[in-house]
Amino acid sequence: MTEIILAIMGVCLLLYVILGGADFGGGILELITGGKDSGVVAKAIAPVWEANHVWLILVVVILFVAFPPVYSVILTTLHIPVLLALIGIVLRGSAFTFRHYDIEEERPMAIYTAVFRISSLLTTFFLGVTMGAIILGEITNDYTQGFYRVFIHPWSNFFSFSLGVFLVVLFAFLANIYTIGELHDPMHVNRFTRWAKYLILALVTEGLVVFLAAEVDGLHLFSAFYHSPVSMICVALATLALPLLWTGLKRHSRNLLRIVAGFQTTMIVLGWFAIQLPVLVRMSNGDDITYQSSAAPPQVQYYMLIALVVGVLIIFPYVGYLYKTFKFSQNTSPDQIKKA
Amino acid sequence: MFNRQVKLLKTKRREMDELLAARYQMGVSLGFHIIFACIGMVMPWFMFVAEWKWLRTNNPVYLDLAKAWAKGVAIFFAVGAVSGTVLSFELGLLWPTFMKHAGPIFGLPFSWEGTAFFVEAIAIGLFLYGWNRLNKRVHLYNGLVVGIAGVLSGIFVISANSWMNNPTGFDWVNGQAENIDPVKAMFNGSWFPQAHHMVIAAFSATGFAVAGVHAILYLRNRLDIHAKAIRIALGFAAVAAIIQPLSGDHIAKNVADTQPAKLAAFESLFETTTSAPLLIGGIPDVEKREVKHGIELPGFLSFLAYGDFNTEVKGLEAFPEDEWPPVPIVHYSFQIMVAIGTFLALLGVIFLLGYYKWKHWLEKRWWLKLLVIAMPLGFLAVEAGWIVTEVGRQPWIIYGIMKTKDSLTPMPGIQYTLYLITVVYLLLSFIVVWLLGRQIKMLHTKYIQS
Repeated sequence: MTEIILAIMGVCLLLYVILGGADFGGGILELITGGKDSGVVAKAIAPVWEANHVWLILVVVILFVAFPPVYSVILTTLHIPVLLALIGIVLRGSAFTFRHYDIEEERPMAIYTAVFRISSLLTTFFLGVTMGAIILGEITNDYTQGFYRVFIHPWSNFFSFSLGVFLVVLFAFLANIYTIGELHDPMHVNRFTRWAKYLILALVTEGLVVFLAAEVDGLHLFSAFYHSPVSMICVALATLALPLLWTGLKRHSRNLLRIVAGFQTTMIVLGWFAIQLPVLVRMSNGDDITYQSSAAPPQVQYYMLIALVVGVLIIFPYVGYLYKTFKFSQNTSPDQIKKA
Repeated sequence: MFNRQVKLLKTKRREMDELLAARYQMGVSLGFHIIFACIGMVMPWFMFVAEWKWLRTNNPVYLDLAKAWAKGVAIFFAVGAVSGTVLSFELGLLWPTFMKHAGPIFGLPFSWEGTAFFVEAIAIGLFLYGWNRLNKRVHLYNGLVVGIAGVLSGIFVISANSWMNNPTGFDWVNGQAENIDPVKAMFNGSWFPQAHHMVIAAFSATGFAVAGVHAILYLRNRLDIHAKAIRIALGFAAVAAIIQPLSGDHIAKNVADTQPAKLAAFESLFETTTSAPLLIGGIPDVEKREVKHGIELPGFLSFLAYGDFNTEVKGLEAFPEDEWPPVPIVHYSFQIMVAIGTFLALLGVIFLLGYYKWKHWLEKRWWLKLLVIAMPLGFLAVEAGWIVTEVGRQPWIIYGIMKTKDSLTPMPGIQYTLYLITVVYLLLSFIVVWLLGRQIKMLHTKYIQS
C-alpha cells in the first residue's frame, strides 16, 4: 500500500515537472530569448497553468499525510530555499495574471513582465536547489549544531546549485518544445528551433556538470548509476531519443517533439527515482529517511489511498478534457488564440 | 549567577519574539488568503446565475455582467491559488512539530481538498477561457462545477481546522499519537458548525462586497447592469446574512461544549457564574479581572451557550492562567463579528422586503449608501471571526494536546520572513485593488460610449 501511495506521489511529481515545468520555462524562455514573440508562450499556458500547479499541492499533501517526518525535516532544514521558491511562486502567478488581465499600458506591463520572468527563473532554481539538498545528504536533524551548519550548508553547495541550474535549463527546454508547436510564422519557428538546439546542448552539458559537482561534494552519482541497471537504461533511452528530437525539430513535427521531450523528462525523473529509492531524504549522519521508516500508520494510508484513487479517477479525465479543449484541438490560427 | 539569569531571560525573550513573529506570519498569510478563497468560492455562483439568466432571457446585459465578473474572478482566483500553495508549505515551515504529529491525523480532509481544488482549478480554466470554445450549456455547467468544488474544498479545509479545536480520532500516549482514526478526526464534533458558519459567512461577505462596489457605481451612473448585479449578489448575501445568526448560535453552543476557555474569552467572563450575563461591548482589564463600560444582559450568556438562563458558565478563573487565550483581542474581535453580523442580517431583511414588497426602496439613495457602508464589513467580520477562532485557541495549536510554542520551528530569524511575507502580501493587495479599479473604469467607458 505504501508503494502505491509512493507511486502516485511520483506520478504527481513527474507531471508537475513536465506540465508545471513547461509553465515555469515559459518565463525563463522569455527571459533568455529577450521575449520577442512572447505572447505565444503566455497565451498557451494561460488556461492551464493553475491546474498544472495543483500537482505540486498534491505532492505536498501526500508528503505530510503519508510521510510526515519527511515533510517536517525538509521544511525545517531547507526553510530558506523553500521560502524563496514560494515567494517566487506567488509573484510569478500574480504577475502573470495581472499581465493577462490589466489594460495594455506600457509601464505596468513592463513591470509585470519583468517580475514574471525573473521569478520564473528564481523559483525554478530554488526548487532545484531544494531537490539537490534532499539528494545530497548534508541535512542534519541535530539542530544544536549552529545556524550555518543546519540551515545553510545542506543546500549551499555545488551540487544543489548545479541541480538548480539543470532544472532551469530543463524547464526552458520543455517550454521551448511546447512553444514550437504553437507557432505558425516560419521566422519564429526558425528562431525557436535554433534555441531548442542550444538548449539541448546546454542540457547535456549541465547534466554532466551535475555529475561532476556531485563528485566534488562527495556524492558518488557515477557509481550509483553504474550500480542501478534501471537508471542506466533510463539514461540510455533518454540519450538515444536525442536523434528523434533532432528529426522532430527538422520536420517541425509538433506531436513528435512533445512526445519525445516528455519521454526524455520522464526517463530523467525515473532514473533519479531508481537511485534515490527507498531513501526519501538522505541525512548527513547516514541515518537516511526511507519511505518505509517514515510511513504513516496503515489505516491512515488506507483512507488516503481511497481519496487519491477517487481523486485520480475524477481528475485525469477532466484534465484530459481541459487539454483537449485548449491544446490539442487547436487547428486555430493565432488570432483566435488571442481572442480567447 | 546574575549573568546566567539575564542570559536565560534573554533566550526566553528571543523565543517569545520568534513565536510571536511566527504567529503573526501565519495570521497575515491566512488573513490574506481567506479573502481570496471566499471570493473564489462564491463568485462562480454569481457568474453562474448571470450566465443562466442570459441564456434564459437573451438579455446581453447579463452576459456582459458575467464576463466583467469573470475578469475579476480570474485575478482573485490566481492570487488565492498561489497564496494557498504557500500555506500548504508554511504550516511546515513554521510548525514542523505540529505537522509531523497532526499530518496523518487531520490529513484526510486535505487529501479530499486536493481533489476538490484540482477540479475547481480545471473548471475555472474552462470557464474563464472557454467562452468561445465550449458549447453554451457545457460552459454554464462548468461554472456550477467551479462553485460546487469551491464550496467542498472550503468545507474540507475547515474540517482540518476544526480538528485543531476539537481533536478526536486518536489516543495521545507519551507525546505520540496512537490508534489513529482519520475518519473520526475528519468528522469531529466541531466540523459541522464551523463548516456552515464559514460557508455562510463567505456568501454573505462576498455578496455584500460585490453589491457595495456596484452600489458605488450605480449611485454615480444608473446603469441597468449595476442594478442587476446588486440583485444577484444580494439574493445570495441577504439569505446568508439572515441565517447566519442561527449558524452562529449553533457554533457558540459547540464552543461552550468543547472549548469553555475560548467562550469565556469571547465574553471576558472571569468568574464562573450561574445565569451568566451576555456582555455587549466593554473594555476588559485582565490584570484586575473586570470589564468596564459593557452592557450586561443578565442570564443571556447561559441561555445562548446552554439553552437555559440559569446554567453555570465557566469563567476564565476555572483554568490555569497560562492556558488563557489573549482575552482583549478575542473579546473585541468577537464583539465586532457579532455587531457586523447583526447589521448585515438587518440589511438582508430590508433587501428581501424591498424585493418582494416595496420595490422603490431598492432605488433609493439611502439604501445604496447603506450598501456602500456594508461593502467592507462582511470581510471585516470574516477576519474577526478567524481571529476569534485562532487566537481564542491559544496557547494551544492542538487544543489540550500540544502548545503552539512547542511546535515552533527551530529556524531563527522568523521576524525577517514575517517582514518579507507582509511586504509581498501588502503589495499584492494594493495591486489587486488598483487593477480592479482599472477594470471597472474600462467597463464604464465602454458602456457609456455605446
